[in-house]
Amino acid sequence: MSATLVTVSYVGATILFILSLGGLSNPETSRRGNLYGVIGMVIAVLATVFGPSVTAQGLPWIIGAMVVGASVGLYAARIVRMTQMPELVALMHSLVGLAAVLVGFANYIDPAAAGSYEGAAKAIHEMEIYIGVLIGAVTFSGSVIAFGKLSGKISGKPMLLPARHWLNLVGLLVVIWFGARFIGAHSVSAGMGPLVVMTVIALLFGIHMVMAIGGADMPVVVSMLNSYSGWAAAATGFMLSNDLLIVTGALVGSSGAILSYIMCRAMNRHFIAVIAGGFGTEGGAPAAAGGAQPAGEVVPISAAETAELLREAKNVIIVPGYGMAVAQAQHTVFEITRQLRENGINVRFGIHPVAGRMPGHMNVLLAEAKVPYDIVFEMDELNEDFPQTDVAMVIGANDIVNPAAQEDPTSPIAGMPVLEVWHAKTSVVMKRSMASGYAGVDNPLFYKENNRMLFGDAKKMLDEVLVALKA
Amino acid sequence: MPQVIGVPRETAAGEKRVATVPEVVEKLIKLGFEVAVEAGCGAASNFSDDAYRAAGARIVEGAERLWAESDIVFKVRAPSAEEVARMPEGRTLVSFIWPAQNPELMQQLAAKKATVLAMDSVPRISRAQKLDALSSMANIAGYRAVIEAAHHFGRFFTGQITAAGKVPPAKVFVIGAGVAGLAAIGAASGLGAIVRANDTRPEVGDQVVSMGGEFVTVDYEEEGSGVGGYAKVMSEGFQKAQREVFAKQAKDVDIIITTALIPGKPAPKLITADMVQSMKPGSVIVDMAAEQGGNCELTEPGQVVVKHGVTLIGYTDLPSRLARQSSTLYATNLFRLSEELCKTKDGVINVNMEDEVIRGTTVVNAGSVTWPPPAPKLSAAPPATAKGAAAKPAAPPKGQGHGGAGAPMPAKTTAIVLAAGALIFWFIGAYAPSAFLAHFTVFVLACFIGYMVIWNVTPALHTPLMSVTNAISSIIAIGALVQVAPPVSEAADRPETWILGLAVLSIALVAINMFGGFAVTQRMLEMFRK
Repeated sequence: MSATLVTVSYVGATILFILSLGGLSNPETSRRGNLYGVIGMVIAVLATVFGPSVTAQGLPWIIGAMVVGASVGLYAARIVRMTQMPELVALMHSLVGLAAVLVGFANYIDPAAAGSYEGAAKAIHEMEIYIGVLIGAVTFSGSVIAFGKLSGKISGKPMLLPARHWLNLVGLLVVIWFGARFIGAHSVSAGMGPLVVMTVIALLFGIHMVMAIGGADMPVVVSMLNSYSGWAAAATGFMLSNDLLIVTGALVGSSGAILSYIMCRAMNRHFIAVIAGGFGTEGGAPAAAGGAQPAGEVVPISAAETAELLREAKNVIIVPGYGMAVAQAQHTVFEITRQLRENGINVRFGIHPVAGRMPGHMNVLLAEAKVPYDIVFEMDELNEDFPQTDVAMVIGANDIVNPAAQEDPTSPIAGMPVLEVWHAKTSVVMKRSMASGYAGVDNPLFYKENNRMLFGDAKKMLDEVLVALKA
Repeated sequence: MPQVIGVPRETAAGEKRVATVPEVVEKLIKLGFEVAVEAGCGAASNFSDDAYRAAGARIVEGAERLWAESDIVFKVRAPSAEEVARMPEGRTLVSFIWPAQNPELMQQLAAKKATVLAMDSVPRISRAQKLDALSSMANIAGYRAVIEAAHHFGRFFTGQITAAGKVPPAKVFVIGAGVAGLAAIGAASGLGAIVRANDTRPEVGDQVVSMGGEFVTVDYEEEGSGVGGYAKVMSEGFQKAQREVFAKQAKDVDIIITTALIPGKPAPKLITADMVQSMKPGSVIVDMAAEQGGNCELTEPGQVVVKHGVTLIGYTDLPSRLARQSSTLYATNLFRLSEELCKTKDGVINVNMEDEVIRGTTVVNAGSVTWPPPAPKLSAAPPATAKGAAAKPAAPPKGQGHGGAGAPMPAKTTAIVLAAGALIFWFIGAYAPSAFLAHFTVFVLACFIGYMVIWNVTPALHTPLMSVTNAISSIIAIGALVQVAPPVSEAADRPETWILGLAVLSIALVAINMFGGFAVTQRMLEMFRK
């Protein structure tokens, strides 16, 4: 295959990737979007393999590596449970990051790659390698930590080192200094030292950055790492002078950045504030001392009484949160929904933009349980309907239904848009205990007169509700 | 020790409203306050002393005593110099103040070491809507303006075909579609008239239509929304185009209701004497901006006059003409404010200057003038984000009410971002070789495509989207592929094994991501069904 044909194939692949992302904007076109992505990837890989830059003796190696990777990947995709999606995505980001680091190193030690550059072009090429490895390393270690946090292997609480911003700043300065040494290096062996040191610092920085971010901000982190993996690909593209990599990397990078921004907006927080980490650590403490403390009685309710409430309702809104994912309760939720809908009750789902541990997490779980997507609504679509709602059921959610966000300006989550379940005639909150949510904020909703608490494991309690409904 | 809320009788001539009504008195007492009202304070709006007494208020004879006994005074109109004199030092006053127009009053109040909350200075944010007395009064005024117009207009509003002949419907033109304008549109279309309306802010068009009106646009490109959902002063060119539209409407319609106001400025003169002359005899103009000088050149504030056969109504007390209604709504606004001031429900107010709403409303705090407050920059207009030159619009500032309406980036920030961008671009252009620039162009354009494509994705698909972008980012495999076995022209000392090892490892890692990512996305998307 000639070089021009390869270029044309790359253009085709680029177009398919753009169509793929565009197709994902709507459930109806989304499957086609994924297909476009697959075709684009196949074209890009085949064009490269059969193009002029790969000789025949590399083929066995490539096929071997591909087969190994593909079997692991397909196996993982088969067995992963939908509740584990965030972990899987985070883990996969780490692979891209690691690959970027390896490709960067390989490119640096390859004299054929650097041979043709002189002067400014050489400096830029080396800078590209340096930046590519840097981003890749941060993506790698950050994603691994995010995976650990999401899967519960590492505590979700933000870990805050003293003077962490200064640590980061010092790290950055060291990285810049070694960058100058790296570019000034005359031979590969002289440049290797700074490159390795920088990689270690970048790995530590990635760990430190994600460690400092609390569990409630994980959706932002996951999409941010997604963005980083794109930037890593783009940097690699610059390094190899490959436009396909640049374009695709930039697409993924900017889309991840936009997604993070959308998430931050949904929480009414600054992007920088999320990245700087430590939700509720600045100004969280005084909130407890001043202002209105929620006071009053918490009214518990039994599963049978909940079923009774639901049976007599006309309009029901279900608000799922991470607790539903943890308890694997989505199938029971769907059974209850079906039962209620058969009785002519209008059941809808209200999804907060940051419910769960990654963007759109709840939607995926409900879809897995076969809940039709036309009864699943965004927060803004439903918030006005709560006053006409008889029962609002909150399943394992806390911060996203916290009235303090609107009522208490001193609350750390003040100003964050929330689902206004307390406007419903009755709200039922399913929770394991009275513990506070990830933000560590007490929830005045629990003490409202029209609120009932259904304590217990979400799955178990919902099963009981379902039995009572069918009786 | 609960504080006493005192409500005196309004002393301004012709003012019929009162600052609290019996049903609100009950609620205030529930908040822990004691309520004292001046005897006869509700008489003009048909609330008897007995009704107040039954609600739990104490009736106090004489304004002197009432002012002396009250810790907090609720009023409608800004206090007269005489009233301020009655006020003991260090008390709290809640009322309309108009601090911009009444600097001497502000000085007098400050001298009394008073704390003053001005109901006209409530910030326009979602959380403060329940205490926005300007809106509730404007609503009443708009309704009343239509009723006054109907009273002076010699015909039906609705069109009828009767045995005695055909009656055409009245045509009403409303200028300014704020709260008052919208209320007027609703009232007039409710009576059966054909209603048209104009506003410099194009985004209110939908609201006009929803109230039963027809939106008349001025054919001139200019955005008219100022800070806080108010209108701003328009350019010369726009004003000329606007006058042409108005002149055309004046010849056609029977009734004009003008509500155009710009905060802190005299009302714009929109209806000229020529336009009045061109109207049909018997037409009516209600100038709701009469107090600020009027939108019509011929308006006489507070008067009804007939000029060129057109009745010009310049009443400045429209809400007071519906005293019972406006007192009830105003009293409720004040009650909502009391709730904000007394969150502990123990009958003692706490003027918390950290709270954005209370900070904005408080114009004098214990003798020091705190007006004007730092501006809340939250426009009711949709943010013009997507149009911006910067790739990412600024995040809405933390803690400014809820809802999605973020303000567009302030001009200064935009300028800084653009300047920084220009600097970086200059740097790149000056030093980078042309091969790099070609890639750089592609890179920048691709970033924008990504931004455009993603912005419209429905939130429900965010997880599949991330998983597909993740799968696509395995394109990095290309980088590894070209390193496995490049056609090397006997390069001297290429560390073959190392490179091959690294590249093959990368390919294997990326292949996991590539196949796994697409497969899991497919699995997820299969589940989305109607």
